[in-house]
Amino acid sequence: MSVAQPPINHPEIRRLEPVLAPGHTYETVTATISDVVIKRPLGLGWFAGFTLAFTFLMVLTVAVAWLIIKGVGIWGINVPIGWGFAIVNFVWWIGIGHAGTLISAILFLLNQKWRTSINRFAEAMTLFAVACAGIFPLIHTGRPWMAYYMFPYPSTMGIWPQFRSPLIWDVFAVSTYGTVSLLFWFVGLIPDLATLRDRAPHKWQQMIFGALAMGWRGSARHWHRYQSAYMLLAGLATPLVLSVHTVVSFDFSIAIVPGWHTTIFPPYFVAGAIYSGFAMVLTIAIPLRKAYGLEDFITMRHLENMAKVMLATGLIVAYGYFFEFFMAEYSGNKFDVFLVDQRLHGPYSPYYFALILCNILTPQLLWIQKVRRNIAALFVMSLIINTGMWLERFVIVVISLTRDFMPSAWGRYSATVWDYATFAGTLGLFTTLLFLFCRALPAIAMAEMRELVAHTSKDHD
Amino acid sequence: MEHHEPQLYGVMAEFETANQLLHAAEKVRDAGYKHMDAYAPFPVEGLTEALGLGRNKVALTTLLGGLCGGLGGFGFEYWVNVVSYPMNIAGRPLNSWPAFIPVTFELTVLGAALSAVFGMIAMNGLPRPHHPVFNIHRFARASTDRFFICIEATDPKFHLADTARFLEGLHPQHVTEVQDE
Repeated sequence: MSVAQPPINHPEIRRLEPVLAPGHTYETVTATISDVVIKRPLGLGWFAGFTLAFTFLMVLTVAVAWLIIKGVGIWGINVPIGWGFAIVNFVWWIGIGHAGTLISAILFLLNQKWRTSINRFAEAMTLFAVACAGIFPLIHTGRPWMAYYMFPYPSTMGIWPQFRSPLIWDVFAVSTYGTVSLLFWFVGLIPDLATLRDRAPHKWQQMIFGALAMGWRGSARHWHRYQSAYMLLAGLATPLVLSVHTVVSFDFSIAIVPGWHTTIFPPYFVAGAIYSGFAMVLTIAIPLRKAYGLEDFITMRHLENMAKVMLATGLIVAYGYFFEFFMAEYSGNKFDVFLVDQRLHGPYSPYYFALILCNILTPQLLWIQKVRRNIAALFVMSLIINTGMWLERFVIVVISLTRDFMPSAWGRYSATVWDYATFAGTLGLFTTLLFLFCRALPAIAMAEMRELVAHTSKDHD
Repeated sequence: MEHHEPQLYGVMAEFETANQLLHAAEKVRDAGYKHMDAYAPFPVEGLTEALGLGRNKVALTTLLGGLCGGLGGFGFEYWVNVVSYPMNIAGRPLNSWPAFIPVTFELTVLGAALSAVFGMIAMNGLPRPHHPVFNIHRFARASTDRFFICIEATDPKFHLADTARFLEGLHPQHVTEVQDE
């Protein structure tokens, strides 16, 4: 070991747990992670979880089929509340995806070693969340089979999309985000697919992983280009993830509706996205590490760091809430002042207070180290924050739309059973994909873990 | 079916640690070999320099892809909303360029990311399901915990016995001939 570079888990460098439990070699990290995919039989717990998730996925197919048969009238949307659950859920899901990109790209650029064991499944979470998010605007159009109108293609009608519209920006932002996230994830997987190809006991596994690995052989020339591409992708994904939620917030803030038309929306949406995304990473990581014995790789240090990120982004979100109120009062705009009053005393005020409780008050417990290091408390906290972030989008969409300028145009909104079924259905889609992912592909990046072993072990001479 | 005589691809040495590989690569380079490659289960820091490889062209490809995406995107938006399908909305200028920026940005990132990934894969010569090194049984561990260096038969300095003896002198775990079947 060189003297200049002490191992990153050196007690004097970090008075915390290591990011990788001591005593691991290349072989043990690779075996622990790859055996889940290629050797371990499917257990009863997996089947039970998968069945439950798949049932909810079937609820989604029924809800969407019924929607296509009957139209958006089966939902609670009306005039003036044209957005409802579909947009609430869209923003919620796309926000959840952002933590995956943050972990894989931004923490990579900042050289945060603790990202290594959580980036793979966080990126998978991103992809699945984007898939769930993408469903909502599509079915919300009412005629999803016409959705291709939003893409610029040379139509016989001679019409083109309106590129000045935030909704078209959204199409480009979300589809680019989905594509780049998939590329990033796949590039990270290539060396691991080669490892699985070389270790798989069955011919069919070797063939599938072999085809996906494209003949990766770990050549130094290949690694050199691979690292350049990976670094560049991280550099590209970083502004991309900020732009995506910025564009999502433009869907609101470009409109003149009170409560939407504010310049604080882009940063506050991005912070909220990361907040809910980290909550979802914890919701997934805590059962995953337990079920597959990955506690050595996803250590207490990871969980505590994620809790700290949640605390920080939660405070940014709180600042956003505060400034919405402050700017309304300070501007004296009577519609904005009225909106504040509606949040506090209007028909939907219980949602607002629940949001404050979930997103602002409860997470303050994370200041206490005992809470950050209590796995059960963190799990519950992550669920509370996810609920809170969903409520935030509900408050933004519904309270602003029900009572805007003219009392004669006011309305009320309540979701129908189909709204709830579609939302629950996307939760089913998300968890089904996660269950399949954690048994079909390595949930932790093996090549990066071996790199971590090389950095932390004494194998340097 | 045509039958090929097995051809010699090169001589390969196996090492147990990344550092041994790094030292071996330096010695191979210093001995004047040009056609060689190292194989490792993760990117080994300094291996590129040890092998004397130059800079790669992934960054340039990405830049070009990004420029194509961005300029193409803006040009397309301009053509659509100004030339092909102009819409006068309350007398606002047709070339309202700030409104074209979000899509321009997204397409820049998309073009750059696609060319980074597909450029990297193409320049690496992948997909290539078969390669002579896969004929070596022990090479399966190159994706887990073993490090290999292979001097190829096309190298002007290559001589089977001499090169094998040279590699033996680097204290590897194992030295073996690689045949291209």
